[in-house]
Amino acid sequence: MAIISYREALRAAMRDELKRDENVVIMGEEVAQFNGAYKITEGLLKEFGPKRVVDTPISEAGFIGLGIGASMLGIRPVMELMFWSFSYVAFDQIVNNAGNIRYMSGGLINCPIVIRGPANGGTNVGATHSHTPEAILASHPGIKVVCPATPYDAKGLLKAAIRDNDPVYVMENTILYNDKGEVPDEDYIVPIGVADIKREGTDLTIVAHGRAVITSLKAAEILEKEHGVSVEVVDLRSIRPLDEETILASVRKTHRALLVEENKPFCGVDAQVAYLIQARAFDELDAPIGRVSSIDAPQIYSKKLEDLQLPYPARVVEAALKVLA
Amino acid sequence: MAKPAVITHPESLKNPAGPSEYSKHPVNSSLTKEAKIALYTKMARIRHFEQRCIRVYQQGKIGGFLHLYVGQEAVAAGTISLLGKHDHIITGYRDHGHGLMVGMGMKECMAELTGKVTGCSKGKGGSMHYFAPDKNYWGGHGIVGGQAPLGTGLAYAVKYRGEKGSCFTYMGDGAVNQGAVHEAYNLAALWDLPVIFVVENNGYSMGTSQERSTAHPGCLAKRAEGYNMAWDVINGHDVYEVRAKTAAALKRAHEESKPTVLEIFTYRYFGHSMADPDKTYRDKEEIKEYRDKKDPVFLFEKELLAEKVLTPELVESINAAAMEEADAAAAFADESPEPTQADITKHIYWEEDNRGKNSTSSGTIIFE
Repeated sequence: MAIISYREALRAAMRDELKRDENVVIMGEEVAQFNGAYKITEGLLKEFGPKRVVDTPISEAGFIGLGIGASMLGIRPVMELMFWSFSYVAFDQIVNNAGNIRYMSGGLINCPIVIRGPANGGTNVGATHSHTPEAILASHPGIKVVCPATPYDAKGLLKAAIRDNDPVYVMENTILYNDKGEVPDEDYIVPIGVADIKREGTDLTIVAHGRAVITSLKAAEILEKEHGVSVEVVDLRSIRPLDEETILASVRKTHRALLVEENKPFCGVDAQVAYLIQARAFDELDAPIGRVSSIDAPQIYSKKLEDLQLPYPARVVEAALKVLA
Repeated sequence: MAKPAVITHPESLKNPAGPSEYSKHPVNSSLTKEAKIALYTKMARIRHFEQRCIRVYQQGKIGGFLHLYVGQEAVAAGTISLLGKHDHIITGYRDHGHGLMVGMGMKECMAELTGKVTGCSKGKGGSMHYFAPDKNYWGGHGIVGGQAPLGTGLAYAVKYRGEKGSCFTYMGDGAVNQGAVHEAYNLAALWDLPVIFVVENNGYSMGTSQERSTAHPGCLAKRAEGYNMAWDVINGHDVYEVRAKTAAALKRAHEESKPTVLEIFTYRYFGHSMADPDKTYRDKEEIKEYRDKKDPVFLFEKELLAEKVLTPELVESINAAAMEEADAAAAFADESPEPTQADITKHIYWEEDNRGKNSTSSGTIIFE
């Protein structure tokens, strides 16, 4: 078991799958000669050549749509978006075409495409480059969305996504790219739709995904050390499909729930999770469900304020104490 | 109930257009008598199917939008009649003609319009979303120009797999102003993809004429020059001309793996869709002019009568058979069952429809 970064884990997943299946093609802006804007695809052009690792023009609607069309004929494109924020100019392709084609054809056509890239704030780049569209996209039946928080999950989920026969959108986080963790060298997948208990506890359940998991784990440490509270952290890993049973089992154990995400609050992922808990575990709750999201404004440029806009450990601790009160 | 339009218009007989100058083109002269009759039959079938659809729509059995292909038959017929094993097709929402040309049955097509489970998309797509991937037909797409990148991707896949094929990517004249179309043009030319973009120019993007919607240097196809792409313009009322000029584009795709933009001038006799009363943006005289003098089905009929391939008796029997087939399709659609409520949540995900031990996902994917 090697200790590698989240970035290297994503690269290892793509390398494995490029070797395993000749129909896998990596495509995106700067993925080949430039070695990737965030160096995720570094070295893949050299190893696999220009047929398998393809630079595209800055033309998201065009090249994402091209990948969707190619996937209908059995190619398995892994498309990099430099930022998921750029998906907005390709929205018709991503939602109407990839998300609807199976349904509208009565099951005659599949779209086994993967679109991956970072979807996060916190990098001091302003509102246009800081969108977190996992809730927006997961609200469309036909689409799958995953948000890995650790190197292990990044590799396993990306490999599962590439083998999946439906469109899977992988939302990463640039702030996590250098995080390191244990990742097996051998072949494995993390099944899509299976949440992971990242920390066991008995007093409070925190449900999170993406970098909010890391933030929540830090908050859990503080809560234990400074307040003597035992917190369980459930990492959703996948937004759609959603592992409802793991969430509910944890809430039935702790009887209190705090939901943490980096989305803005309105119709965020946690709106769905909160509905789920009240619908199926209402009698188990000892307190109203708590929630921490980004402060509800377009992402601010100012670094100092952006760090306050996103959930951070102290804010999670404060919200947790309210749920525990 | 409005009387269905008839295929043989007496005015047309008074204005013989003369033989097509493309009848001697090898791609046409090489056609057997049977092949010519089959091509005419397919055009007549499109015409009669569409006209039968009008009645079914007026009976209130077709919901939503219904975009008719009447008047444009020679475009789908001429182009698709040339396609081979590795040639693919994708189009916008005026998609019935292409479907019938690739060999979809009238019954499954009609039943789709009435939302029945026996429809080609099991009642989940409707008029704008016909699909027959087993016949290389990838739809049927509802958003103007949205299919252009998909068609380019189908061509990319053909090239990736080393097949001698292409993708015919159809769109209307209104689509040429969509960004996705330009992005597709650029990728097709940049990567030498075997795409043939077919602009079916019927003069109107919905109710807005070309003059009021599009800045262009004389024709829409010429925009291809900006992408260093080959282009041509075609009289879409002459199926022989459509075949002759399309053959050159297909050769370019097959032998050089290069894209082409073909602009085919055509005309629709009915409104943009059945929801368009067609009273505000064009003159009745204009429609009459086209019907009388440029009707593609009738011109081909005359051509083949002059060639002695068709006889008046054969014309009558072909049209009678097509009408009968359309009637049978309407009856089939009437008698077919509706999808059940349980069908609403099928065909969303491959994974859900094919659960097994190799499944790569679990969890809740359809929510209450």
